[in-house]
Amino acid sequence: MSMAQPRLRALFSLGLTALLITGLIASQWLLGDSPQQMQFNARLAPPSVDHWLGTDTLGRELWARTLAGLALSFWVGCLAALLSTLIALSLAAIATLSARLDALVSLLIDTLLSVPHLILLMLIAFALGGGTQAVIIAVAVTHWPSLARVLRAELWQLRQAPYVRISRALGKSRWFVIHGHLLPHLVPHCLVGALLLFPHAILHEAALTFLGFGLSPSQPAIGVLLADAMRYLSGGYWWLGVFPGLGLLLMVLGFERLSTHLRRAL
Amino acid sequence: MLEARQLSFHFSPDAPLFDSVSLTLNAGQWAGLSGDSGAGKSTLGKLLAGYLAPFEGEVSLDGKALPKSGVQPVQWLPQSPELAVNPRWRVGKILREAWTPSNAQCQTFGVQPSWLSRFPQSLSGGELQRVCVLRALAPEVRFLIADEISTMLDPITQLELWQALKREAEQRQLGVLVISHDSSLLERLCPQRLHLSGGQLNPW
Repeated sequence: MSMAQPRLRALFSLGLTALLITGLIASQWLLGDSPQQMQFNARLAPPSVDHWLGTDTLGRELWARTLAGLALSFWVGCLAALLSTLIALSLAAIATLSARLDALVSLLIDTLLSVPHLILLMLIAFALGGGTQAVIIAVAVTHWPSLARVLRAELWQLRQAPYVRISRALGKSRWFVIHGHLLPHLVPHCLVGALLLFPHAILHEAALTFLGFGLSPSQPAIGVLLADAMRYLSGGYWWLGVFPGLGLLLMVLGFERLSTHLRRAL
Repeated sequence: MLEARQLSFHFSPDAPLFDSVSLTLNAGQWAGLSGDSGAGKSTLGKLLAGYLAPFEGEVSLDGKALPKSGVQPVQWLPQSPELAVNPRWRVGKILREAWTPSNAQCQTFGVQPSWLSRFPQSLSGGELQRVCVLRALAPEVRFLIADEISTMLDPITQLELWQALKREAEQRQLGVLVISHDSSLLERLCPQRLHLSGGQLNPW
């Protein structure tokens, strides 16, 4: 395989994901209050020319609600992944300060990894009273350990690297070594780590909302749409669950592919 | 004067690497250090440059402890130049990390202007070693610990590198400790030669 191929694939995935994000942001602006508009003469209408992806029990257009749900999931996922990456980077940096702090951070990582994700997520979201903010905090607080472990190992290795020791011997300050040698090396890891966290974050956000611990039922979140769909699935209203689920799947797969290609390219 | 007094060091308490080793290197002096693999030559070099702290004894420069900050007057040059440079930096930035060598100095050490815009991966080990040697010759530097720096070079490049370093050392009265397995190289370069074996340092 030529060296250009991973970069080309990464660029292609990046372009597709950028298009998806632009579409989601633009849809938020273009949709206005369409996701909430009710049409009582078109309740539970199947997909047709008039109602592209069908309507829900209150006659709300499912395409508008799915797009709004994906946009909401995107922002929640972005903020949670960003916060998680910051926590991982900070703790990895703290771990390199001394052997005791390293043992403490390692213990924290192992403890969090040993607890089932979803249970911890539900407990934190419940304790924080639910809502968007609680979901973001819960997802961020539970998703950092894997990335922190990678960053901690990288930092330990880098600190021992001869060129880092030589830089100090050449009179460079600790701060110069951090921003000149260590951080540029960690940026690709953080970028890929955050992108890998993103699909997890939105899936857990949807799961949390689906279980009733996450976003408010009044918000057109994917989890809310899927929870609503569950009640009507046995009645044959398949479009209520299929289209929001498919949208979520495509977004998760898009970001997962992007992170995989970026990891190979970087 | 670079002086090591009664240095003791071990990686494991049951197996001391060396015990009560003393060494003096004067300004402008060239000393050679040989020894079997694993005898502790590189470790002794790192102790002299302040990269490692001895368990006992001390290293001093003109009677004072080595400085904690700023350009270190004792510079260590490792055997593998590719590990001594940041792979994400271009050669020009690597070379100017501590100081800016003149064009004449670059020429003396055979550092070509065309290398400066390249990444270290595109240079050979020998070319990169010349960059590393020149980088370590900041004006504040007074002693060099050259740890097997010419092992990977062909004989002609070795000769060019040592001649350039010899000239620079004579001009600036640099003290140089040459660590090598090559006894003929040490004989040619260093009037004083030492052998590290069984944790003891003896004249050779």
